[in-house]
Amino acid sequence: MSGMSLKWMRIRGLIHKEFLQIIRDPSSISIAFILPVILLLIFGYGVNLDAKHIKIGIVQQQPSAESQDFVSHFHQNDYFTPQTFENLAQGKQAMQTGKIKALLILQSNFAADFHQPGTAPVQLLVNGVDSNTANLINGYVQGTWQTWLIAYGAERGIRVLQPVETVNRIWFNAQVNSRYFLVPGLIAIIMTLIGALLTSLVVAREWERGTMEALLVTPISIQELLLSKVIPYFILGMGGMLLSLVMALFLFDVPLRGSLWLLFLSSALFLWVALSMGILISTVGKTQFVAGQIAIIVTFLPAFLLSGFIFDIGSTPLFIQAVTHIVPARYFVALLQTEFLAGDILWVLVPNLLALFVMGIILTLIVLKKSHKRLD
Amino acid sequence: MTVMTSSSPLIIKGVSKQFTLPGRVIDALSDVSFDIRPGQVTGLIGADAAGKTTLMRLIAGLLTLDKGSINVLGMEVAEAPLGIQSVIGYMPQQFGLYQDLTVLENLRLYADLQGLAQAQRPERFEKLLAMSGLAPFGNRLAGNLSGGMKQKLGLACTLLKSPDLLLLDEPTVGVDPVSRRELWQIVYQAVEEQGMSVLLSTAYLDEAERCHDIKLLHEGRLLAQGPPQHFTRPLNNRTFLVSSRAPGGKRQLKNQMAAQPWVQDALILGDDIRILTREALQTPNEFLHHNTVAGQSKLHDLKIEAVEARFEDAFVDLLNQQTESAPQSDPPTLDTPEIIASEFDDRPAIEVDQLVCRFGDFVAVDHLSFKVQRGEIFGLLGANGAGKTTTFRMLCGLLPATEGHLQVAGLNLRHARAQARAKLGYMSQKFSLYGVMSVAQNLAFYSKVYGLKGKKRQQRMEWAIETFELQHLLKQPSRDLPLGFKQRLAMACALMHEPDILFLDEPTSGVDPMGRRDFWNKINALAEAGVTIMVTTHFMEEAEYCDRMAIMANGRIMALGTPAEIKQEAGHSVMEEAFIRIIEADKAAETKP
Repeated sequence: MSGMSLKWMRIRGLIHKEFLQIIRDPSSISIAFILPVILLLIFGYGVNLDAKHIKIGIVQQQPSAESQDFVSHFHQNDYFTPQTFENLAQGKQAMQTGKIKALLILQSNFAADFHQPGTAPVQLLVNGVDSNTANLINGYVQGTWQTWLIAYGAERGIRVLQPVETVNRIWFNAQVNSRYFLVPGLIAIIMTLIGALLTSLVVAREWERGTMEALLVTPISIQELLLSKVIPYFILGMGGMLLSLVMALFLFDVPLRGSLWLLFLSSALFLWVALSMGILISTVGKTQFVAGQIAIIVTFLPAFLLSGFIFDIGSTPLFIQAVTHIVPARYFVALLQTEFLAGDILWVLVPNLLALFVMGIILTLIVLKKSHKRLD
Repeated sequence: MTVMTSSSPLIIKGVSKQFTLPGRVIDALSDVSFDIRPGQVTGLIGADAAGKTTLMRLIAGLLTLDKGSINVLGMEVAEAPLGIQSVIGYMPQQFGLYQDLTVLENLRLYADLQGLAQAQRPERFEKLLAMSGLAPFGNRLAGNLSGGMKQKLGLACTLLKSPDLLLLDEPTVGVDPVSRRELWQIVYQAVEEQGMSVLLSTAYLDEAERCHDIKLLHEGRLLAQGPPQHFTRPLNNRTFLVSSRAPGGKRQLKNQMAAQPWVQDALILGDDIRILTREALQTPNEFLHHNTVAGQSKLHDLKIEAVEARFEDAFVDLLNQQTESAPQSDPPTLDTPEIIASEFDDRPAIEVDQLVCRFGDFVAVDHLSFKVQRGEIFGLLGANGAGKTTTFRMLCGLLPATEGHLQVAGLNLRHARAQARAKLGYMSQKFSLYGVMSVAQNLAFYSKVYGLKGKKRQQRMEWAIETFELQHLLKQPSRDLPLGFKQRLAMACALMHEPDILFLDEPTSGVDPMGRRDFWNKINALAEAGVTIMVTTHFMEEAEYCDRMAIMANGRIMALGTPAEIKQEAGHSVMEEAFIRIIEADKAAETKP
């Protein structure tokens, strides 16, 4: 038999073994398929960074036709669930006990002064513990106030005072739906789990159970050995990506504005980087416990926190921004968000693709240098 | 590749290997040189930490050499590890079977890895499955095989492509005697049919006699080499069996014999004492009469007869020569103070009646009944999975019994578990002390755990240090102790609270013969002081040290009695053979409808 076909026989044998193990081992299945589905469901349905149905308290110090009309605007939109209080004291108490997130006070001079310049007939108290929501509430109330003013004026032919009229148009995610950027970003998290965490765990398991020592003394070369680990988990990772893609498009109605082949190219590049990290981790941590800890700290947490998946990198301190440049998931999240929500914008995509490519080359070189068929 | 059959398949020259650990350097191998003959089984014999595994890994190209050279089948390990790996077979201590692959899938994987042609596979698989007795289990997951079956499958995997040199690293460790014998048969068959050369390491000295040639390693050095007879021949007329016609304890007799200046080693063997003398005795009876120390008139009642020397005798002899300059440790005069005579004196220390333990449908312990008297050494023997550990756990109150009566130190374990536990000492198979703590800190910790205070605590710690000769080691972290001393320390900790009953779970596995002797001396002394001892072991010759023993299989007791009674019942004078017969009789009975 020729050397080539022997080589292929060895690699094929090991890949077959790896798939049998994946199928029979519940922990691999759960990391590769169940965990991604759970994450997608949590982030798709559960986590919502938009504020809706905000509980807001309203106090009218002197009810009038105008103030009633204004309050009715809060009842009409989705963002608020208003609750009316008789007096200020009750409203403040509700704020303190956390029953409402904000308190809107229409002062007694509301009807008389609301269209006068330089007066403030409306006061808004906001619970600032969650600063993100506080800002949102502030903005929404302002918006409601302006819409009402315009509507009120138009109805009665009065020209109400409008300092500057702003017209907003939101690009890429017109409904400002956080699901649209969370779900594509999740693909990066899921591929990190499969590529780095699962791979480092299964290699560490071979060390732990002593199977690695027996493998090392077979005629297999180290490159063949690495290849036979990388191929199965590459397939598994792309499978996880495909699963996420299908769920994103059909379950969560996330648009895909870029082309499919570019999405696959960037996913494959990222998976290559993640797999190299997984293999590298397992050369350091030879027990499942250690490998798992390292993989979570070095790959999973940065992918979660420092990739721009949830938190905007631009709004972090400069030092942290610098650190994010060595987080591969950062480039992949940018690629994903661009391809899903913006399209094939090459001047955004190419630098990110290049960054992943360079990282892949560097990591692969380190892996090849660090791996050898010896125990010391 | 051309391999000259006449030349040696393995030539080792001046090999040294060091390991650097934080704070210290270990010399695993120092200047080892030997070669092996083709077509033979060469035994690499030595205790734990003798350097056997390191040498095996160096030969397999898994470690880099510090000094020296290793030539395998004409290739240098340092230059062509991959070339060597394609012509040798290597079975590490824990062979890498994939637990979630079936027997056949494991075979197929290793056939792929070794490049066995498809056309040859059916015939080869069939042959190896038949040899290993695994044919009926082709589709069973490897993880569900018994320990012995796993080892046989591992061996089958390494034999797939008939390697020219086969390296087996302790293939029989932790394997029951029946599987052990089957493994040896497979190895012999491969040697005879294919002219394979085998290097096999083992810590079981009785296995040395099954090798064609022996390399004896001790603390990283090659101590001696040659065929087994070469080791035992000089011991002609130096090994005897001594028995006493007068009534009296065999332990006392053993101590008396060990105290004689002309006796190098004395061991309890069933009801008799086996001795190794310092010089050959042509007329042992006369010698005995002339050389008995005054005041020990009882020795005149002794009967002495010559027995064949074993490899272990040679090992003890060699090691004693090595350490002759160092003073021999005195036979223990263990003054175990006041093991309190409890008010349950007349009752058995352990009483078990119709004891059952079930895990779901699986019956781990099946209606067990036995009694152990105070001050008795009771051995529990059996293959892996026979139910020994489960029984131990129930006796220690760690696991509730499903059914049956269980009384320990006069206390019923159902109602008085905590009180009973205060009277028990337990030493587990694995080293269970705190490695980073020093010897003194471990002793102090365990004495506190057992609730000892003030003067009493001081007293017990002093007793432990003195009895187990730990004075010069007090400040050492316990993980750095030699294995024998780790065992001593573990036993000292288990005895801190002066328990009435001591449970020892495979206390001597991995300890060299000298360490084992020392350990059993301590156990004997404790038994004499009235402590009841319950012990499990894989070493069949250790079974002979027990007063009474039980052989377990499938959760049931197959045989119960003194070692002599059990050997008689099985109809064989060697304990290992007796054990195999009893187990196989049980298997045969089971397969009958």
